[in-house]
Amino acid sequence: MFPTPIQKRPVANQIAYKTFLPIALILWLLPLIAVAVFSIKPAVDFTQGNYWGMPSSFEGFANYGQVFFNSDMPRYMLNSFLITIPTVVGAVALSAMAGFALGIYKFNSNIWIFFMFVAGNFVPFQILMVPVRDLTLDMGLYNTKTGLVLFHIAFQTGFCTLFMRNFIRQLPFPLIEAARVEGIAEWRIFWYVVLPLMKPALAALAVLIFTFIWNDYFWAVVLTQGPESQPVTAGITSFNAQYRAAYHLMSAGSIVAALPPVLMFFLMQKHFIAGLTLGAVK
Amino acid sequence: MTSVPDTEIDRGGRGWYKRNEIAVTPWLFLAPAVFFFAVYVIIPIFQSINLSFYDWDGLGEATFVGFDNYIELADDGAFEVSLWNNLKWLVFYLLAIPAGLFIALFLNQTVAGIRLYKSLFFFPFVISQVVVGLVFSWFYLPNEGLLNSVLGLVGIDPINVLGDPTLATYGIIAAGLWPQTAYCMILYLTGLNAVDPEQVEAARLDGAKGWKMLWYVIVPQLKPATFIAFVVTIIGALRSFDLISIMTNGGPFGQTRVLSFYMFEKALSEYGFRMGYGAAIAVVLFLIMLVFIAYFLWSMWSEEKGR
Repeated sequence: MFPTPIQKRPVANQIAYKTFLPIALILWLLPLIAVAVFSIKPAVDFTQGNYWGMPSSFEGFANYGQVFFNSDMPRYMLNSFLITIPTVVGAVALSAMAGFALGIYKFNSNIWIFFMFVAGNFVPFQILMVPVRDLTLDMGLYNTKTGLVLFHIAFQTGFCTLFMRNFIRQLPFPLIEAARVEGIAEWRIFWYVVLPLMKPALAALAVLIFTFIWNDYFWAVVLTQGPESQPVTAGITSFNAQYRAAYHLMSAGSIVAALPPVLMFFLMQKHFIAGLTLGAVK
Repeated sequence: MTSVPDTEIDRGGRGWYKRNEIAVTPWLFLAPAVFFFAVYVIIPIFQSINLSFYDWDGLGEATFVGFDNYIELADDGAFEVSLWNNLKWLVFYLLAIPAGLFIALFLNQTVAGIRLYKSLFFFPFVISQVVVGLVFSWFYLPNEGLLNSVLGLVGIDPINVLGDPTLATYGIIAAGLWPQTAYCMILYLTGLNAVDPEQVEAARLDGAKGWKMLWYVIVPQLKPATFIAFVVTIIGALRSFDLISIMTNGGPFGQTRVLSFYMFEKALSEYGFRMGYGAAIAVVLFLIMLVFIAYFLWSMWSEEKGR
């Protein structure tokens, strides 16, 4: 193991390490701690210049109440869910099928189609902006959640297919051969043999895509406007315009907006990290 | 390595589909994904390249102007600033890789509660860049910001990071480094887990320790993690948009623009709907990215062949 386990070091080093660990964590998360404290402060703290000190009174309920009952925030949150969940389902379904095709079958253009997905996934999305916006306008889907979902599904399919294909490649191939010898139809092999083995990959992708799409800002601004269809990342900015310099409300709003992916991460941590680090180990 | 058996099983007399099942099935499974990807990703790339030779306001008729957009770019000061800023992003964003490695080494211990520490250190990556941008812009506030309070303690005059044309871009990159470092850290933590303990022990017996051990024994074993960290950091640097849009909106005096942001401004914001010109900027960005994409694909391809 590297570095040398701290247990093998002198006691003084061990104590130093254990004291420094929480200090380092607090320093690292300082920006977040600040927002959390901001969100329970009364407005008067900011007008009196008490930005970074202790809150003079606890106003958490009032601030969060304002966010939930007196702003467009709940609506933006709902939009985010209505955009994120269909995208996750769509992208995972499409890429599971494509990954199966690319991972199991050998045909001439296999590697080229695979590289098309990989390359497309790396493209800077600004080059897609004007044509995708036009396409969405032409389909009458501009400023709708559907328009955003369709694009997200398509774009995320690139990354997901890369992931699925590499995962399927690691499955024991004799299993599929055995099924073929038994005369099982190919689509049944997909459904009954491969898909059950892919559960960890499906879970990992689902949490990753959830986080990516929830946090998307660029496409939300390009393809939607206004509270009827914009997700919470875009909503936060108009929220800011509404409560300019009302740091306590902006903080409360930001925390509410950040909460779903954070919860997702802590609940599904194992899958999340497995997904992010796929390929980091040979 | 997987392969399809060479001997076709006899399926004669059971219809065309049954006879060609192995050849046809992959295409049926690929069809929806390829269709979506082609319509929304592949074709738009070519449409953008085509559009960059036109003058178009997004509504009326597009007029063909040849290379005029690109010629105009060559003399456009704002474009030049964006290009330089993109370079700064590329160079400084890569600091996330050593920083992530450093934190991973720091956390790669087995003490009580270390798992919770690791996930809390990873936390910034899960949060939307919009929120990260907001938080850092408060941190940098000229009078009330925490940065200036701290600087005041050591007797340094307050600086307005985001209001200073030369400093602003670095201020935004610093904000971007926070989540990106967390990402690289988690990649390296996973990589460190898989480092071969026998090699480490053998190197120890040979007297290797500290930096030497890290550089000659550990880092080579972390190569796959480094490759992924490199890929995601480069892509992240070239896609940077959210933070700039939230923290400075391109200012002060347009000095924090990058290509992706300038393109958006030209094509969609109040600065005028110049779709063709915007597309030309996007094409330049795409060409820069293409160098990296080619390199990534090439490394993946050599790996595939090696299997």
